[in-house]
Amino acid sequence: MAGSALRADVISETRAPGLDAGQIRGRRLREKLFIACGLASTLVGLIALSFLLFDLAADGLPRLSWDFFTSFPSRRASAAGILSAWVGSVLVILVTAIIGVPLGVAAGIYLEEYARRNWMTNIIEINVSNLAAVPSIVYGLLALGLFVYGLGTGRSILTAGLTLALLILPIIIVATRESIRAVPYSIREAAYGIGATKGQVTRDHVLPAAIPGVLTGIIIGLSRALGETAPLITIGALTFIAFLPDPPITSEFPFISFRWLFDGFTVLPIQAFNWISRPGSDFHANAAAAGLVLLALTLSLNALAIVLRYRLRRRLQW
Amino acid sequence: MNQRVEVAAPVVAAGSDDARGRPIKIVNRDVNVWYGDKRALHDVSIDIPDRAVTAFIGPSGCGKSTFLRCMNRMNDTIPSARVTGTIEIDGQDIHDRSLDVVQLRARVGMVFQKPNPFAKSIYENVAYGPRIHGLARSKAELDAIVEQSLKRAALWDEAKDRLSQPGTGLSGGQQQRLCIARAIAVDPEVILMDEPASALDPIATARIEDLIDELRQNYTIVIVTHNMQQAARVSQRTAFFHLGKLVEEASTERMFTAPRDKRTQDYITGRFG
Repeated sequence: MAGSALRADVISETRAPGLDAGQIRGRRLREKLFIACGLASTLVGLIALSFLLFDLAADGLPRLSWDFFTSFPSRRASAAGILSAWVGSVLVILVTAIIGVPLGVAAGIYLEEYARRNWMTNIIEINVSNLAAVPSIVYGLLALGLFVYGLGTGRSILTAGLTLALLILPIIIVATRESIRAVPYSIREAAYGIGATKGQVTRDHVLPAAIPGVLTGIIIGLSRALGETAPLITIGALTFIAFLPDPPITSEFPFISFRWLFDGFTVLPIQAFNWISRPGSDFHANAAAAGLVLLALTLSLNALAIVLRYRLRRRLQW
Repeated sequence: MNQRVEVAAPVVAAGSDDARGRPIKIVNRDVNVWYGDKRALHDVSIDIPDRAVTAFIGPSGCGKSTFLRCMNRMNDTIPSARVTGTIEIDGQDIHDRSLDVVQLRARVGMVFQKPNPFAKSIYENVAYGPRIHGLARSKAELDAIVEQSLKRAALWDEAKDRLSQPGTGLSGGQQQRLCIARAIAVDPEVILMDEPASALDPIATARIEDLIDELRQNYTIVIVTHNMQQAARVSQRTAFFHLGKLVEEASTERMFTAPRDKRTQDYITGRFG
């Protein structure tokens, strides 16, 4: 008893000098200052983005018309369009998704659920996180050596898809692993407890619960690929292209053709870059319009990711 | 497993009143569990009587849950865990290479501390087990299994009109009964329960306890509990664990009226724990 009374004395004595009004006012002031700084830093990003959007819209909006989407590039700025660029972007992203998504998701599942924890998996893990930080131009150099010259796939849509698939692989792997890890262990125990095999636990319970996060990772990866320019220039994307790739659907048997995979291509960001590097404000307006289209595509992909995540999460509750 | 211990299994659980005359279902001899370098269980040997309720009591961290999880090899899912000793169910060593762990877990079901229904409908929660084990040949058979399991888990009346609704939408007590129905659906012989009522309110707890009492007609039940009154109410035999060791094991009645060990006495009278 005596001991605790003594302790209370000590506490009140050490506290007393700090509790005067001036000290408290000082603490409040510092807190307000911090909040103001935080708000200002947030606004910098927001203002920059809206300024960018406004600037792009002011330059580009007047150029946006049906013709702009259905015309090939041209020497005359007013007749030029982004037909070959958006078709190229769509096809390249398609190839990227078909190659990158299964590889990335499978690797993520394997690393998280099956791989033993040893030095091998540690090395793979470190590698995956490092790959995510490699500058995209390096992927371009790798692809130029490996695909264009090594495998002879040429400066084609296929090469571009392969390159971007490599680029977004780490993003998808990391997203897959994180969403798998977020699935509560109790769900796995429940399934193991009634005699499910590891495969059944993963397929029937872990993956369905992880799908929202996996999808988000995939879409963020794809929208990153959509905006990439440097690696595609490295592998030799065209900058002026007045024809479309071979159509994937033909009128003769077997009705499906894969020749388009080996055609030359350009993509939206390269088209925009090409226009911006020309003299004359007419072409700059075209570049702004192409930038707007690219931005709209990326933002709607991200919006889709948010909607999907929200929708699917609501179905799952623990 | 290190060495096989020959066990002359007694036909009667010694010293038991309520479980007297019951054959032994599970024989455990010198069971040890390590998590990495840490030894969590020391040479536990205990017989579990058939179709009776055996309760494991003891303070937190005493190893009772760890031991429970040995009997359906649930510790296999923890990479750092290592189990030695002999565990035989109906004379069959559960660590035997010829025994598939998937098959074992179908025979030895488990109910967990926190109700953990799948994020699926009530029907699918119960039907999942029979489906993966191929227990039903037709939809009608599966329906019958689901209905019978829910009835046995005393959930049918509350759930029959909402079978297609998510299992996670039920109340905590209902969820736990759903988990019991899910375990029953694969027709196990043993049900392990790891503090099945600790997350429930008193009324839901009472229902689970009534249910356990009914289930012992058909199943061998081992229940881990923090609640000594619960052990006294539902079990026929009780084992007291302390610091990873099995201290004492006896009929529930004797355990709570005349414990032999000082530590059991102290725990039961509330001096620690």
